[in-house]
Amino acid sequence: MKGPGTASSVRVVTLKINDHDVSARESESILEVARENGIRIPSLCQMDGLSIAGACRLCMVELKGSSRLLAGCATRVAEGMEVLTNTERLRKYRRMIVELLLAERNHVCSVCVSNGRCELQDLAFECGVDHVRFPYRSAVYQVDASHDWYRVDHNRCVLCLRCVRVCDEIEGAHTWDAMGRGINCQVVTDLKRPWGESDSCTGCGKCVQICPTGALVKHGTSAGEMEKDVHFLPYLSRMRHWE
Amino acid sequence: MMQQNRITVATTWLDGCSGCHMSLLDIDDRLFLLAEKVDFVYSPLVDAKQLPESVDVGIIEGSVSTDEDLHKAIEFRKRCKFLISLGDCAVSGNVPSMRNLFKLDDVLDRAYRENVQVNPQIPRDGVPKLLEKVQPLHGVVDVDLFVQGCPPSAEVIWNVLSELVAGRTPDPTKLTRFGA
Amino acid sequence: MHLDELADFAAEVRKEQQESKHCIRVCMAAGCQSSGAAAVLDGLKGQVDDDANVHVKGVGCMGLCAAGPLVEIESLEASSKTASSKTLYQKVTADDAEAIVDSLDAEPVERLRCSTDIPFFAWQKKVVLENSGIIDPEEIKEYIAADGYLGLVTALTELTPADVLREIKASGLRGRGGGGYLTGLKWSTVAKMPPGQKYVICNSDEGDPGAFMDRAVLESDPHRVLEGMVLAGYAVGADHGFVYIRAEYPLAIERLKKAIQQATRQGLLGKNICETRLSFDIEIRLGAGAFVCGEETALMASIEGSRGQPRPRPPYPAAYGLFGQPTLINNVETLANVPSIIRHGGDWFAAMGTERSKGTKVFALAGRIQNTGLIEVPMGITLRDIIETIGGGVPDGKTFKAVQTGGPSGGCIPEQFLDLPVDYDTLRDVGSIMGSGGMIVMDQSSSMVEVARYFMEFCMDESCGKCVPCRAGTDQMYHLLDKIVKEKATSRDLALLEELCDMVSATSLCGLGQTAPNPVLSTLRYFRQEYEEKLQDLAVAGSGQADLARADSSASETEETK
Ligand SMILES: Cc1cc2nc3c(=O)[nH]c(=O)nc-3n(C[C@H](O)[C@H](O)[C@H](O)COP(=O)(O)O)c2cc1C
Ligand code: SF4
Repeated sequence: MKGPGTASSVRVVTLKINDHDVSARESESILEVARENGIRIPSLCQMDGLSIAGACRLCMVELKGSSRLLAGCATRVAEGMEVLTNTERLRKYRRMIVELLLAERNHVCSVCVSNGRCELQDLAFECGVDHVRFPYRSAVYQVDASHDWYRVDHNRCVLCLRCVRVCDEIEGAHTWDAMGRGINCQVVTDLKRPWGESDSCTGCGKCVQICPTGALVKHGTSAGEMEKDVHFLPYLSRMRHWE
Repeated sequence: MMQQNRITVATTWLDGCSGCHMSLLDIDDRLFLLAEKVDFVYSPLVDAKQLPESVDVGIIEGSVSTDEDLHKAIEFRKRCKFLISLGDCAVSGNVPSMRNLFKLDDVLDRAYRENVQVNPQIPRDGVPKLLEKVQPLHGVVDVDLFVQGCPPSAEVIWNVLSELVAGRTPDPTKLTRFGA
Repeated sequence: MHLDELADFAAEVRKEQQESKHCIRVCMAAGCQSSGAAAVLDGLKGQVDDDANVHVKGVGCMGLCAAGPLVEIESLEASSKTASSKTLYQKVTADDAEAIVDSLDAEPVERLRCSTDIPFFAWQKKVVLENSGIIDPEEIKEYIAADGYLGLVTALTELTPADVLREIKASGLRGRGGGGYLTGLKWSTVAKMPPGQKYVICNSDEGDPGAFMDRAVLESDPHRVLEGMVLAGYAVGADHGFVYIRAEYPLAIERLKKAIQQATRQGLLGKNICETRLSFDIEIRLGAGAFVCGEETALMASIEGSRGQPRPRPPYPAAYGLFGQPTLINNVETLANVPSIIRHGGDWFAAMGTERSKGTKVFALAGRIQNTGLIEVPMGITLRDIIETIGGGVPDGKTFKAVQTGGPSGGCIPEQFLDLPVDYDTLRDVGSIMGSGGMIVMDQSSSMVEVARYFMEFCMDESCGKCVPCRAGTDQMYHLLDKIVKEKATSRDLALLEELCDMVSATSLCGLGQTAPNPVLSTLRYFRQEYEEKLQDLAVAGSGQADLARADSSASETEETK
């Protein structure tokens, strides 16, 4: 047996997710292993091929016998773990998180170009959010349509930071970043210049494709017309990280 | 037919486009099945102009945008045993609530002054007074069931009504969603 | 510098100090400076001229900030060469300088006198603040004369890193930055990481409202913190340190810079310290005043030049820290305890305090209390002793209502628990935390709902915005609290608030969000009726009245559409 730490020593562990026995590489996260085994854990900010943000907190899971929750995306599996992904407590929290997101900005689904193809909408459906108990904040947000091909509508942004990560980690342009604190946080292009005036943007459109909502979209789309395709990401990510 | 099996239904539209009511009509020939079990005692779709003191089911379309909407919502809540918030405007505020991003006076100015060539003036007489902020129905009264959709499809509405007629509490959450 | 050289140097300085018969110390910490201490110091210096018998110097915090500017006179007894007497003057102005100097060989100036027999001074136990208010923080020789750097030089020449670790573990010291994590355990984790680049970070971000313990230590005795960092570097195998300090502390920064220069010049910092193999540099990094940058992962991101936002842990900094390297991160006060522990031994430290909370703790007393200021007390002292005896109780004949500890992450402790000992575990059991040492006393006139709203507003403003529960949850909780304060809320709003508290603390990414609900939860636990009294009846039978459109919503936004 090879000692720990040697490059080829991939350790495999077994654990239980919702009472199913599963095996996993020690380096995998709970979320990854759950997906491999067809166990759905709602999530929003995590994407295969991007770094972990741990921002949406939807993929929180419970460990049997512990009241502390763990983020599925950011927690590695361990031998003998007993993970629960769908307890009543977790469902209640997820529902609230989605409600908070819907109340935070102005997600008017019926007139959104991503209507019917939106991950937030899907999550609301999945988590049984049939109404929002919190006051809608109704704050004013900008729409920046200055780019030749794309548009950012901050009314519909959920701050998953996927665009920030894909632009930095895959495209290498780092056009996007986050600005401001707390509820006033928002994504910006090039230190908050209009997108159309960005020097760093290559126009590759990866951010648009991986945006889960109608925040980043192509021009010339109307309600329900914006289709996105994220299949490029796992492939590009593998190629980028080829050693 | 046994009278005691019939349920009474009242419907109204507040700040909406009446699309939800059109969707109700879209259940087509099933309207006849419904008519066997349900009395529409008050609705924009029927002649009765007086909301009865007690109704089994109230269905409200549209958001609460005016003092009249508010009054209707409260009256419905008082008189209906089971109140349904029908469609995205009622459930979330939807398009009517987009004016909440602005001050009411600015909205009125834009609509009735800035964009008007002839005799610009803000109508005040004989029209309901706009509330400062638009609210979803459950922002002003308790709601027993939420039916999302813009509009909810005829199928969903049929499902809800037929469940009610059958004496069950409907659960449309797996059938419709925001924006559907 | 070798041990004997250090000892000689110290002896020399002490001798020099005894040459003048009177030593006049003027508190030059930020508190007294803001009430005019600099003018007092100038005035006294002007009066004394260059009388060799009198030595006038600026020193660090003397603690009783409420009575500042403070001036202390230490005079050698005529009969003896070593015994001395001390007189403390309060609320001194520059005009008093003449009277003070005139009184030196005569009777003290009665009208300015501040008794030092009062419990405020008598009941304290000083470790971290032992030099505070006594030495001139801008002179390394004064620190050395007070046995400064003795621990470091002893460790480097006579102890192995493992010995140092053993002393820290034996001391039972726990992190003073809020969490109370065992310092020895943290150090040995970093020490166990494979050799290579490692870092030591001193967390001087001190963002809790009303807290100024760390500032006082840095302003009054900066070398103590540097010594603690070098000892930490020696123990864990790091050769580079960062002090991450908020830019709002200009005086502390200036003194730290001076201290680093002086220590480097004396060979106590930099390459081959004391001609041993240990090299250790310290750099200062300024924070821009974001509370969340005190959270360790956000702090490191900020040093790295990124946006100061927390990231998920594990990996913990001990394994994957600054620039991806193993990193030890400790609070100022934690590190300031280290030189004393090494000098006197871990057992000496462990003899103070309680079973699971050793040593002393510095608290900043604020709010409705007679003696506002800075105190250091042994762990395990009761809250009553702190508030009533040392703090002098609530002024103006008002009655005590609650004490808030732990800042925005803590809670309010009511009267019935005043006799409990102050230690990490007891405070947690009653729904608060030790935190970094802020203590805000409230009397009957304070509204607990408003207190909860105040702290929630702080958390809402300071949330970094990365994770949903904290970003959007604190905003909703603040508005619910605001609605309760304004008596517009119903029992449903209160229920929703409680649900949010539960969710936000369970799911937030970092400590800020996880603890943001604490002030609400603890005030609900002990003062629930104050919330309930403010609730409205559910108006119309069955009317929700949830009021789901915020009337003030557009005003809260910074952006305008173009
Ligand atoms: C929001 C937040 C703010 C914090 N602010 C500080 C701070 O100002 N100073 C500090 O020493 N620790 C602060 N901490 C704790 C640090 O993350 C870390 O635990 C501490 O510096 C470790 O030092 P210790 O073990 O010596 O206590 C903060 C933590 C959180 C979650
Ligand atoms: S809990 Fe608050 S401060 Fe911490 S990561 Fe989340 S948003 Fe940022």
